[in-house]
Amino acid sequence: MINASLSELSRALSAGHISSVELTQEFLRRIARLNPTLNAFITVDEEKSLAQARAADAALSAGTAGPLTGIPVAQKDLFCAKGWLTTCGSKILSNFVSPYDAAVVERLNEAGMVCLGKTNMDEFAMGSSNETSFYGPVRNPWDTGRVAGGSSGGSAAAVAARLAPVATGTDTGGSIRQPAAFSGLCGLKPSYGIVSRWGMVAFASSLDQAGPMARSARDCALLLNAMAGFDPRDSTSIERAPEDYCRELDAPAADPAKPLAGLRIGLPREFFDDTAPCDPQTSAAVAASIEELRRLGAQTIELSLPNVRHGISAYYVIAPAEASSNLSRFDGVRYGWRAPDYSNLEDMYCKTRAQGFGAEVKRRVLIGAYVLSHGYYDAFYLQAQRIRRLIAADFAAAFTQCDLLLGPTSPDIAFALGEKTDDPVQMYLTDIYTIAVNLAGLPGISIPCGFAQAGEKSLPIGLQLIGNYFSEARLLNAAHRYQQATDWHTRIPEGIE
Amino acid sequence: MKATDWEVVIGIETHAQLATCSKIFSGAATAFGSEPNSQACAIDLALPGVLPVLNREAVACAIRFGLSVGAQIAQKSIFARKNYFYPDLPKGYQISQFEHPVVSGGGIVIPLENGEEKQIRLTRAHLEEDAGKSLHEDFHGKSGIDLNRAGTPLLEIVTEPDMRSAREAVAYARALHALVRWIGICDGNMQEGSFRCDANVSVRPRGQREFGTRREIKNLNSFRFMQQAIEYEVRWQIETLEDGGTIRQATVLFDPDTGQTRAMRSKEDAHDYRYFPDPDLLPLSIGEDWIANIRAEMPELPAQLAQRFQNEYGLSSYDANTLTANRETAQYFLDAVSAAGAALAKPCANWIMGEIAARLNREEREIAESPVRPQQLAGLLTRIDDGSISNNIGKKVFDALWNKEGESADAIIAAQGLKQLTDTGAIEAMIDEVLAANARSVEEFRAGKEKAFNALVGQVMKASKGQANPGQVNDLLRKKLQG
Repeated sequence: MINASLSELSRALSAGHISSVELTQEFLRRIARLNPTLNAFITVDEEKSLAQARAADAALSAGTAGPLTGIPVAQKDLFCAKGWLTTCGSKILSNFVSPYDAAVVERLNEAGMVCLGKTNMDEFAMGSSNETSFYGPVRNPWDTGRVAGGSSGGSAAAVAARLAPVATGTDTGGSIRQPAAFSGLCGLKPSYGIVSRWGMVAFASSLDQAGPMARSARDCALLLNAMAGFDPRDSTSIERAPEDYCRELDAPAADPAKPLAGLRIGLPREFFDDTAPCDPQTSAAVAASIEELRRLGAQTIELSLPNVRHGISAYYVIAPAEASSNLSRFDGVRYGWRAPDYSNLEDMYCKTRAQGFGAEVKRRVLIGAYVLSHGYYDAFYLQAQRIRRLIAADFAAAFTQCDLLLGPTSPDIAFALGEKTDDPVQMYLTDIYTIAVNLAGLPGISIPCGFAQAGEKSLPIGLQLIGNYFSEARLLNAAHRYQQATDWHTRIPEGIE
Repeated sequence: MKATDWEVVIGIETHAQLATCSKIFSGAATAFGSEPNSQACAIDLALPGVLPVLNREAVACAIRFGLSVGAQIAQKSIFARKNYFYPDLPKGYQISQFEHPVVSGGGIVIPLENGEEKQIRLTRAHLEEDAGKSLHEDFHGKSGIDLNRAGTPLLEIVTEPDMRSAREAVAYARALHALVRWIGICDGNMQEGSFRCDANVSVRPRGQREFGTRREIKNLNSFRFMQQAIEYEVRWQIETLEDGGTIRQATVLFDPDTGQTRAMRSKEDAHDYRYFPDPDLLPLSIGEDWIANIRAEMPELPAQLAQRFQNEYGLSSYDANTLTANRETAQYFLDAVSAAGAALAKPCANWIMGEIAARLNREEREIAESPVRPQQLAGLLTRIDDGSISNNIGKKVFDALWNKEGESADAIIAAQGLKQLTDTGAIEAMIDEVLAANARSVEEFRAGKEKAFNALVGQVMKASKGQANPGQVNDLLRKKLQG
């Protein structure tokens, strides 16, 4: 059952071959056994999970179950969940039990899913390796000496190690796609505004977007069906008719040998040239995947996104600027951790924030405060916003020529723990292909497209597909057809059986 | 050496709490005086993950204000974050408007002492949220935080530096206060902090183009304090400059107990608020049709109404302005005139500003609670006008109406037999009796003492219990004495 797809699990639950309680217990047992090594979960609460499972079983026997009822899911620990510790990977929220549910949690609860626990993450989602978590780094199930990626590293490791069939993540600059790539998963960052941000602890509000992390494009589509939807509590939520993101997956192709006939895939020069030097094994795997997609009927077109090269610079102005303000509420006054000894209000603020935040968070808060300060705002913040508009315009121009864009998800495979912690810029560059997608607000997906040999270990390589606004169904379909023709996504890390 | 002639320059910023049921970015209630923190929801507490949603009614209030002062309503305005740390500011930033306010320009006309009027130009009015309150008493060395007020919608209304005296500043504040209440966007309760003014005050030698350095007096919560604070501040600035000192830009507080202003913080301690557009809120778009709908529902404004009172009813500018000081008084007047007829507009005005105002004042009641309704007043004034009763009897009838002794002036006049005596025969009979009983007064009158005539009139009126028509008494008496 641990390798079953969501559809298979759903069928097994409906047919009564397994109960939700049994399924939940199986995953809880795996968490108990493997989490001490992987550190994928910050919080597990068996009683809460089993209570949900029992309710799901009741719905299943009452015949009121939906397609996801009774299926366990791991929640990234930046979604507020009522009664659950919600830490965001930070000491400053290490005692915060949320009194309310995030929209995503609410929707998955309504769908009858069972929350297995809250997954580890970079502190406030600031990081690309899950090494900034107050709760320690997550280890990659494919090689426990390596990072699982970040910031949704706990969700990635949990799904890759079969501690959960599926998980939620959030992506501000690549935080779903990069850990998905490092862990051999399928991870989708939807168009900005598709999934409500209500109850998602904000990192950079104009970039943050929640999405599914799963082992296949189809599972991603099923989970997105439950996650997405208009929410009046989020002013940036987009009011659109509900969509079935699975609808293209099962549509019969005119030529079954060429299910992607008519699909035009753009290959941005900047994703393949020297501006973003790529590990050779990654380049080779991506090149092979292009061949595979052509075999499936897709056309490829070379094009250019000239301003994407400025993406990292713009991102590291805009995201810290928003973060510096978003994180001001963590002041020790109303909730969360407060420094034990202080002499007055200002001292309380200083000590609480100095001791409650980790180094990377403090670095970004300082950068953010700096770029917003008087005299620097125009030179940094406004300039970055201009670049952001140019990047969005580049994508808009590209989508007049093609339906999807393709490139590597990350320039390299999962790196060793500690390898980049002393060099923030090297760490930031691991998101060079993903960041522009957030700046433009577009949907992007990472899917496994091969493996790299690193010593004795085999490590997954991720392929990124980027779509135009609200083209999730098409994106998922391209990924799904590719996965029907390949088996990269079905491989299982050694040692997790 | 001739003493410098100083010119005072004042600009005013007003925070008007908007009379919406719920907060500007959350669904929590805005009522005043509830248990601390009983009106603060997850959004007001700034829990992790919460998001603001703009209250449409607050925007409607801003539009109403913009229309009432002839301002521009921005098609697109932007909410920005003003970042600073304070315990009663839960998010660590205030959502306000900075570069692109919802309302720009416009003006408010104030009356000057010489009877002329002056236009005070408005720079802008923008929407923002209020902070909570820090409570420093009763916590044994700690401070309490009450977040009930956090997120209450405010319209911050900023003038150009157009006022030239404390008196003008107060006239502006009064006019603005009357206007926001008139258009129903603010209850104007200054004690509860619903209407708070800050005054930017500077002085310069008359004729100098550049402004002097200004100091900002914060939180003036009554018109009297505003007048006192500005007068003190102006004196202090002039004395400081004349003593060879310089003014440093600062924020000052007015202490009503000492009548003085004192510096709270100087410009050097000023925050860098690091304003930037709030990414949680989309730009505020206001369509022409929304503005048109609000315009169609706007009440006639006090200035327009005062003008109409002068044109249609021949009232003086003073009377017209007094009757339009608030909407309830104006409505009372309009209802009374509509019942009494336009010809009686002037007596209506006089009675409302005289007898009714005095009574209400004595009993500390609002005109809406007046026991004498406009239709009743109209009935009374009609009877005075048609000579059924005298002005003096009219006051008696008014008392009876006030004390609910009857439903209408007519009912009271009938019940208490107050109808004016106009029967010539009856009056002549009374005159004869009075003349017979006051031979001495008659002698004195004939000797040329006009005073004696008045005494005789008084006697006749007394004999008629005040009900004889005084004009008739006069005529008939004179005829008899001269006959």
